[in-house]
Amino acid sequence: MSQPELNRAEIEQTDFEPLVRDESDAEKISGESTSYWKDAWRRFKKNKLALFGVGVILFLAFMSFFGGPISGYDYYTNNYAITNQSPSADHWFGTDNLGRDVFSRTWYGAKISLFIGIMAALIDVVIGVIWGAVAGYFGGKVDEYMMRIADILYSLPYLLVVILLMVILPQGLWTLIIAMTFTGWINMARIVRGQVMQLRNEEYVLAARTLGANSNRIMFRHLVPNTLGPILVTLTLTIPNAIFTEAFLSYLGLGVQAPLASWGTMTNDAIGALQYYPYQLFFPAFFICLTMLAFNVIGDGMRDALDPKSRK
Amino acid sequence: MPPEIEAQMNAKYGLDDPLHIQYFDYLKDVAQWDFGPSLKLTGQSVNDIINRSFEYSLLLGLESIFLALAFGILLGVIAALRHNSGVDYTAMVIAVLGISVPNFILAAVLQYFFAMKLQLLPVAGFDSFAHTLLPAIALATTPMAFIARLMRSSMLDVLSSDYIKTAKAKGLNERVVTYRHALRNAIMPVVSYLGPLVVAILTGSFVIEEIFNIPGLGAEFVNSVTNRDYTVIMGTTVFFSALLLVSILLVDLLYTLIDPRIKFGKEGGKS
Repeated sequence: MSQPELNRAEIEQTDFEPLVRDESDAEKISGESTSYWKDAWRRFKKNKLALFGVGVILFLAFMSFFGGPISGYDYYTNNYAITNQSPSADHWFGTDNLGRDVFSRTWYGAKISLFIGIMAALIDVVIGVIWGAVAGYFGGKVDEYMMRIADILYSLPYLLVVILLMVILPQGLWTLIIAMTFTGWINMARIVRGQVMQLRNEEYVLAARTLGANSNRIMFRHLVPNTLGPILVTLTLTIPNAIFTEAFLSYLGLGVQAPLASWGTMTNDAIGALQYYPYQLFFPAFFICLTMLAFNVIGDGMRDALDPKSRK
Repeated sequence: MPPEIEAQMNAKYGLDDPLHIQYFDYLKDVAQWDFGPSLKLTGQSVNDIINRSFEYSLLLGLESIFLALAFGILLGVIAALRHNSGVDYTAMVIAVLGISVPNFILAAVLQYFFAMKLQLLPVAGFDSFAHTLLPAIALATTPMAFIARLMRSSMLDVLSSDYIKTAKAKGLNERVVTYRHALRNAIMPVVSYLGPLVVAILTGSFVIEEIFNIPGLGAEFVNSVTNRDYTVIMGTTVFFSALLLVSILLVDLLYTLIDPRIKFGKEGGKS
């Protein structure tokens, strides 16, 4: 490492003023105190890419509600007079093979994709946090059994399990979410368990127990809030995964069923006509990628902001 | 369907036995690597389907794994060596994009540009090496991006460790330090990613084989799901799981080979 060049400025005696030492001043806290979250937010704000991701998600969420009304078309009405049109002033993203407006379908798909992604991730969090906290807090036999169950489920390939569940269960939006969360929570459970095991011997836990707090209170009032950082990061990185899975399943025809539209089904429709109408693929594909990208960069940004170890 | 024929078919497929007997019969057969007949494709057994299609999937899978490892490691190492430079940022942008673009979309885009527009490579099928290129790239991109990120962060960790400084202080040249000392230690996280890598390639093959019309096992599996051909679904699932278990076992064994610090024994079962 080379020494950085010092900037030599002109300094004169008069630039310095003697400071009177005062006992009452010395104890004053001059700066505002920074909490963990404030600190994290300050670091997150510096990450331009992550802020861009937040903007994209807000925009998509807004358009998922107002995109349809703006276009003036609904997502399901067929109009055989205008099938497979290119984007125009009337239909901004063109029309598909049944003459449906791709613009309103895209935003309807956004609603479905975001809903499934966020819902699946939230359910993962609830199950994973409870499972992981209980296993990590009690340890011993309880931990042994709970984590073995998780290990067995984890050894099955995620998509394979989801596909098999979609075959057995009746098809529908919630089935899709349930199938995804069937093994999706395990990752979260493992992370929470690891964190709780680290924290359960901390002194504040001992203090809480001395004050008479029961296990539930210690777990969910003291331990879980202290693992929120990793939980949030995992949550954010689970969402793009769920969106991908939904698109993947819908692409295979196992996911969202007509007349509902999702980006996966739209991609599927478009790939069939790829040779003739390539622009039909562009819109759903672009928005799937954009959404996954946005959640990924937010997740990365949050990990950098929340994990003190990764500060470099 | 006339009742006589139904009775005959039930007898043929063993469907008139009680469920638990059917199940144990099935387990017995599976233990002998016999997955029974296909319910939709008459005259074909599940074993026939697996034997016929697995070689395509294996070939495609190995090619993708090779691509993902080679380019992922290369990208990650270069990014780490040129830390915080333009090269680093470019590599990481490529990696984030690779993670964010679903494989079936990439497959369609590649097919459109390289096969339909430029006509450089065949659109679909699986007859020659040129046929394998596009599907292999589509399958390999997401895992490649993961590997690049893993490799970069572990390489950065290793490069700032003491023994690298020692090696440099001894006067070893940059190349030796990078390849002999740093790379060997930094590659461990990538080795432990091999299990998930096999899973990613395997599940990715479901759509990729469909898009490129490759008669592989992934496409067979998806067909059986859409046809509700239950024996084929079960057979291929068992086969996939067995394949996966074997490859994860191989990865674990590979671990001890690469890192002598890891030993299988009574102690140290936690890893």
